[in-house]
Amino acid sequence: MSAPDLLVVRGLVAGYGAAPVLQAIDLTVPAGTIAAVVGANGAGKTTLLRALSGMIRPAAGQVLLAGDELRGTPVEQLVRRGLAHVPEGRGVISELTVDENLRLGGLWRRDRADAGRALDEVYQLFEPLARRRRHLGHQLSGGERQMLALGRALVGRPRLLLLDEPSLGLAPRVVARTMALLRQLRDSTGLTVLLVEQNVRSALAVADQGVVMSLGRVVIAAPAVQLRDDVDLRHAYLGF
Amino acid sequence: MDRFVFLTVDGLSRGAVYAAFALALVLIWRAARVVNFAQGAMAVAAAYVAYTVSTTTGSYWLGFVVAIVAGLLLGALVDRVVMRHVDHASPLNPVIVALGLVLLIQAVLGMVYGNEFRPAEAPFSRSALTVGGVAVLSPYDLFVFATIGVVVSGLAWLFARTPVGLRMRAAAFAPEVSRLLGVNVGGMLTLGWALASGVGALAAMLVMPTELGLHPHAMDLVFVSAFTAAVVGGLDSPPGAVVGGLVVGLLLSYVSGYAGSDLTPLAVLVLLLAVLLVRPGGLFAPVAARRV
Amino acid sequence: MSATRAALPPKRRPVEADDRPVDRRFHSTLLRHLAVVLAAGLLLVAVSYAIEPFRNFQLATVAAYLCATAGLTVLTGLNGQLSLGHGALMATGAYTVALCQNAFADRGMSGGWLLPLSLGAAIVSTVAVGAVVGVAAARLRGPYLAGVTLAVAIVVPALAVTFDGVFNGEQGLSVPVEPPPLSLGPYFPYERWQLWLTGAATLLALLLLANLIRSRYGRSFRAVRDDEVAARLAGIHVARTQVLAFVVSAATAGLGGALLAVLAQSVSPGAFSLTLSLFLLMAVVIGGLGRLTGALWGAVLLVALPDLTHSVTELFTLSPAVAQRLEGNLPLAIFGLTLIVVMIAAPGGIQGLLSRLGRRLRARRS
Repeated sequence: MSAPDLLVVRGLVAGYGAAPVLQAIDLTVPAGTIAAVVGANGAGKTTLLRALSGMIRPAAGQVLLAGDELRGTPVEQLVRRGLAHVPEGRGVISELTVDENLRLGGLWRRDRADAGRALDEVYQLFEPLARRRRHLGHQLSGGERQMLALGRALVGRPRLLLLDEPSLGLAPRVVARTMALLRQLRDSTGLTVLLVEQNVRSALAVADQGVVMSLGRVVIAAPAVQLRDDVDLRHAYLGF
Repeated sequence: MDRFVFLTVDGLSRGAVYAAFALALVLIWRAARVVNFAQGAMAVAAAYVAYTVSTTTGSYWLGFVVAIVAGLLLGALVDRVVMRHVDHASPLNPVIVALGLVLLIQAVLGMVYGNEFRPAEAPFSRSALTVGGVAVLSPYDLFVFATIGVVVSGLAWLFARTPVGLRMRAAAFAPEVSRLLGVNVGGMLTLGWALASGVGALAAMLVMPTELGLHPHAMDLVFVSAFTAAVVGGLDSPPGAVVGGLVVGLLLSYVSGYAGSDLTPLAVLVLLLAVLLVRPGGLFAPVAARRV
Repeated sequence: MSATRAALPPKRRPVEADDRPVDRRFHSTLLRHLAVVLAAGLLLVAVSYAIEPFRNFQLATVAAYLCATAGLTVLTGLNGQLSLGHGALMATGAYTVALCQNAFADRGMSGGWLLPLSLGAAIVSTVAVGAVVGVAAARLRGPYLAGVTLAVAIVVPALAVTFDGVFNGEQGLSVPVEPPPLSLGPYFPYERWQLWLTGAATLLALLLLANLIRSRYGRSFRAVRDDEVAARLAGIHVARTQVLAFVVSAATAGLGGALLAVLAQSVSPGAFSLTLSLFLLMAVVIGGLGRLTGALWGAVLLVALPDLTHSVTELFTLSPAVAQRLEGNLPLAIFGLTLIVVMIAAPGGIQGLLSRLGRRLRARRS
């Protein structure tokens, strides 16, 4: 783990109203690695992602992306800083076609030529999407929506990808394929991923680092291998 | 038969204006989920600005351009200064605020220009050309058709083919996701208001010469007709608004021609009620008016 | 889920245990409202002697508007249905009263019971129109409902011109009203009599509305406004409740219109334009949606603001043309602006601000 830290979170406090959901979160994700945030329902995993991408305004703390403070940056500016967030439910815009959804992911880019190349690469990566370019979002299957959401994020060539529950509602085979793809992207392009998962086994299988959250706090952050293989740790924090 | 042809052409010409006005309503509805009840008053305000410019410079066309620019600016202003700050939790709130705008705009116009009718100039002759002894089409009708045609196809091109149009649609359908993808949702909303208000101003400029003239309330009934047109087509469907506008225009023309012009307001009300009670989502969109 | 559960009616309890408290509560609210109305009536009589005739007339106009705004606030504030058509409903009541009074006068009939009869007829005819609109309205929501009632507001006054054989076009009709009864003395000011008449009718209407709001029906109104699905699960017939709210609201609007016609002794379509409908809506919003006291503030504003702007414009020396423009439009502009500001800054309206202020004062004292 000699890579520089791409994402550093210090003392992040955030929530929806008076009572904060997140209580002083500390977290580091080195560049080119995959971190999996796991934990029970209501632990604050989704809230963490929403606070990182500014969809809810943190009350205190620091969010540094490659050393630059992200807090206070308007949400629509974050893609320009290299952050992509695939929200819960994937956020495929069902009234737009596959092609429109994908192009939307690269519209903000000045370098039009590279945006075009990124689009082509995504179509090569996800062949089923290329065959359904003109279909509307709501005509896609769950697996195809997953590809579309991921592909749309990748068109922006992000440095950091935030993924909220990518396995939700998908067949195990599709989940496995998605996780394998994340590994492949990490290795080939140096993509850094922070994913939030209910599905602890498949998340830890792909991740470099495992972060266990409970009641708005990080209770342990350790190499994923260790969490996966240390029976005591698993029993204590993950309940299996 | 001659009369039928005449009424049909007249209805289509009137309907084209309703179509544009209905399209403006649909634009804002899709972007902001607000039926802009102030659109008539805003359009009249733009037309008054044009009137001032035209009478001082003597140029109709300068006034025409100024009306559209004024419409664009007024739309952006209304969004930024007023609508942006309204709590949209209850659908009543934006409607009530729009009605407040109606009162305010009409009163300001009344204070500045007075509550009497002012003549509205037509840039082309309104007397119909005859083809084989049948009065068909006036040069002004042609002008209306051409202008609306350009505007409608221009908007269609903008939304379907340009990056800005894609951003605007995305922002309307999924504001939160769009922001994550780098779309300036607030800006798109303002742009939507400006465009709609500009189209409304254009429609007002086109319809004024065919009505009694310029008056703070001149667009009240036009608004109701255009709202009916938008409902006929389905508030969510831009092509529906265009077809709905033509349908309403034709119907009103026939009612006025065969049964008397006094009955046209009643005909609008009956049509509106009939459509809402039979097909609340409009004839083109499968969306229910009832949100439970 | 818990919200749904809360909206459910209490399970059936033994009859003896249930009936009595409910009954007593009903009586006590009824009595309290009666007491308030009686006190208001006495106050009104006392005031009518203390102020000059023109103020009497203005107060009578407030009372007539109050009828309409109270009905509208029940519909919009309590039941969540927006109506831009209440000006048209007022017109219905006004024209009915005019037609009835003219019919009586033509037949040479006279007597104190004729005016109440005409007012009753006005209410009945408005209820009929309100029921038609209400049935349509119950199927519509939000902007659709607003659009339909807007069309009603614009189209109905135009009918007076379409059928000018009956309604005499833009000219309108005169409303013959008998002078105050001789038993009040030969020099009894006519304006005071007008205030007594409209005041009595309005207080009666308010009493009925206040009790309706407190009753089972009032609770259904609110339940439907807050959450239609929950209301339906709680066994409330949503459409029927909405039609009922519309009909009640129409009845009071009709009465208000009729009273206005009696006060002005004439009706014309110009008096019931779209602007009147917008005025009414704005009055209840500014006063505070869903509260009868808010309706009172709104009604007062409707009469006081034009009067006030008139006095203000008189302070300046303006050319007659400018003065006329200002006088007609300045109140409208102020109303419109206030409406926007209130909706953005203080959605509770005047009454909301007052009760907040009252709470703060009480909190400070204790």
